[in-house]
Amino acid sequence: MSEFLQHLINMLVLGGTYALLGIGLTLIFGIMNVVNFTHGVLYTFGAYIMFIVVQQLGLNFFLALPVAVLAGWLLGAAIELTLLRPLRGSDIDTTMLVMIGAWIAMQSGALWIWGGVAKSVTTPFPEAPLVLGPVSVSWLRLFVLAAAALLILVTYLLINKTSLGRAMRATFQDHDTASLMGVNVDMIYTSTFAIGSSLAAAAGALLGPVYVIFPQMGDLAAVKAFAIVILGGLGNITGAVIGGFILALAEELGAGYVSSGYRDAMGFLIIIAVLIFRPTGLFARAERVG
Amino acid sequence: MTRALGLVPAVALAAALVGGAAQAQTIKIGVNEPLTGAFAASGTYVVNGAKIAADEINAKGGILGKKIELVIEDNKSNPTEAAAVAEKLITSDKVPVLMGAWGSSLTLAVMPKLMEYETPMVVETSSSGKITTTGNPFIFRISPPSAIEAAAFKGIVDKLALKKVDFLVINNDWGRGTAEDFSKMMKEKGISIGLVETMDQGAQDMSAQLSKIKSSDSETVIVTTAVDQLTLIFKQAAALGLKKRIITTGGSQNPDQIIAQAGAAANGTMHLTTFLPWFPDKTPNPEATNYFITEWKKRGFEFAGCTESFRGYDGIRTAAAAIEKAGKAEPAAIKAALWNINIKGLNGDIVFRKSGPEGKESGQSQPNVYLIEINDGKVAMKTL
Repeated sequence: MSEFLQHLINMLVLGGTYALLGIGLTLIFGIMNVVNFTHGVLYTFGAYIMFIVVQQLGLNFFLALPVAVLAGWLLGAAIELTLLRPLRGSDIDTTMLVMIGAWIAMQSGALWIWGGVAKSVTTPFPEAPLVLGPVSVSWLRLFVLAAAALLILVTYLLINKTSLGRAMRATFQDHDTASLMGVNVDMIYTSTFAIGSSLAAAAGALLGPVYVIFPQMGDLAAVKAFAIVILGGLGNITGAVIGGFILALAEELGAGYVSSGYRDAMGFLIIIAVLIFRPTGLFARAERVG
Repeated sequence: MTRALGLVPAVALAAALVGGAAQAQTIKIGVNEPLTGAFAASGTYVVNGAKIAADEINAKGGILGKKIELVIEDNKSNPTEAAAVAEKLITSDKVPVLMGAWGSSLTLAVMPKLMEYETPMVVETSSSGKITTTGNPFIFRISPPSAIEAAAFKGIVDKLALKKVDFLVINNDWGRGTAEDFSKMMKEKGISIGLVETMDQGAQDMSAQLSKIKSSDSETVIVTTAVDQLTLIFKQAAALGLKKRIITTGGSQNPDQIIAQAGAAANGTMHLTTFLPWFPDKTPNPEATNYFITEWKKRGFEFAGCTESFRGYDGIRTAAAAIEKAGKAEPAAIKAALWNINIKGLNGDIVFRKSGPEGKESGQSQPNVYLIEINDGKVAMKTL
């Protein structure tokens, strides 16, 4: 029983960051319809920003987080302005190829700047974990969970309760009509991509100190983000959040009770099942197609 | 612009010709190591150790009147890349001998290429038994296979009063081979084997496996993986409140890094290593060990890397000694000469004995294995 409780705690902590990765990508992949291969690199980028601010500049850990989010926002906006804006209206394959190129270039850039050896970030949290009866969890991971929950809430409110969010939803439903209604469509594209990117960077900034930071760290994260988006249904924020927790649960229980060798395969088994039985995702609403 | 671009191939060709002429003055040794990916830290240490050996040999005039030149390639911790890199080093750089490829799965992927191009390779780190038992006569290994490690550990298991052990190993030839060889030895000693958990080489979160181990009824966990993953395991085990005794194997632990990263959680842990940089006077070759450690520190590298980098140093010295003995930098001659060398390595004499099926034996030297324990953030030696 105590083992099961421990797995559940691990799942909560892991699921929070998976959800963060998932909602960032569902904005870009699900709503903007851009197959964003740079999502993993932005995750890596956020982690390296933490490394620079905390280890190299010696500044405060909590200050580094908003810096990483802002840097992710700026890099996302830059990618949208330089690579995606000129390609607006071209087919999905062209955009995908350009994004693959950007992914390779940025990952090699990180390798060139920081080298292949993993870096770690020191945190202000105590080493001794919080012990609650039979289970224990590190303070750092609790903080990560709380920060992830806060960011998810902010994103949810931004999309559903603000005029920017309304303009975003309108633009991606029908961008000609939105444009006729006075929405600055170009600005909406850029800000959506920038917000999605800043969420990826935030996930990297939160998880970098938990694990170690290296140029390829984003690859597995990106694959998991795609899994979560497919699981939750394209463009569905609530779906991405729940999808993140389901993936974490499958990994924890899969490793705990089936076989740890297949831990990272669990996510893909779920995707296969979802694509066979509910191809629009677990939480897709009924929708008119014609 | 078009005209300027047209010049590029011509310039490149000229540069290649000039470069080619210069390269004939050196003897090349191919180095196939993981400089990126899951084993980047370890591979980089090995390469830095290799450079110390090359510089030392060149400072003394080189071999056969020529300087040695290391051609270093990154195998990205990926077996497919490791095989491609070996092919590139042999066919394009024309190296007569290689050193590599750090991990067992990486080395195993390179081995068919060695057969294909009949080029010998000094194996400096890999510990899977399969490497020297499958009949590849181009393999010369200076690192201990996990069976030798297990045999060395056998002497101390009674003193440690082991009753039941769990394993947490990297999910590749190295980890699974270690779990197999150690389980066999322990069963002979009447120790029961509990869980055998694995982790992907790139995995960063081992909380699920550690939670499972935490709830088992064993008192000891044997952990096998490289330093990056080990530090994560120590941190995550501490966060989960895992109180079992941890013993690591494989010699790629960099104990000082564990002390730095895991803090108090490192106390009481034990590690099977293949080098004793903390006690140079207790090594088989104190003079060389002291030289190596001084040189390592002089270059500004972290002391923690010594337990890994010495492999690169010994590996290059082994290859260089064989070239010298062969009298020419040709693969067949070097392969024959490797059987006749006897050099003082940092971890014992490097003399190759035959291992594997008759007629196509691989070479295996008999390095020392040590057990160290971390107490109050300091490394102490345990007698085996």
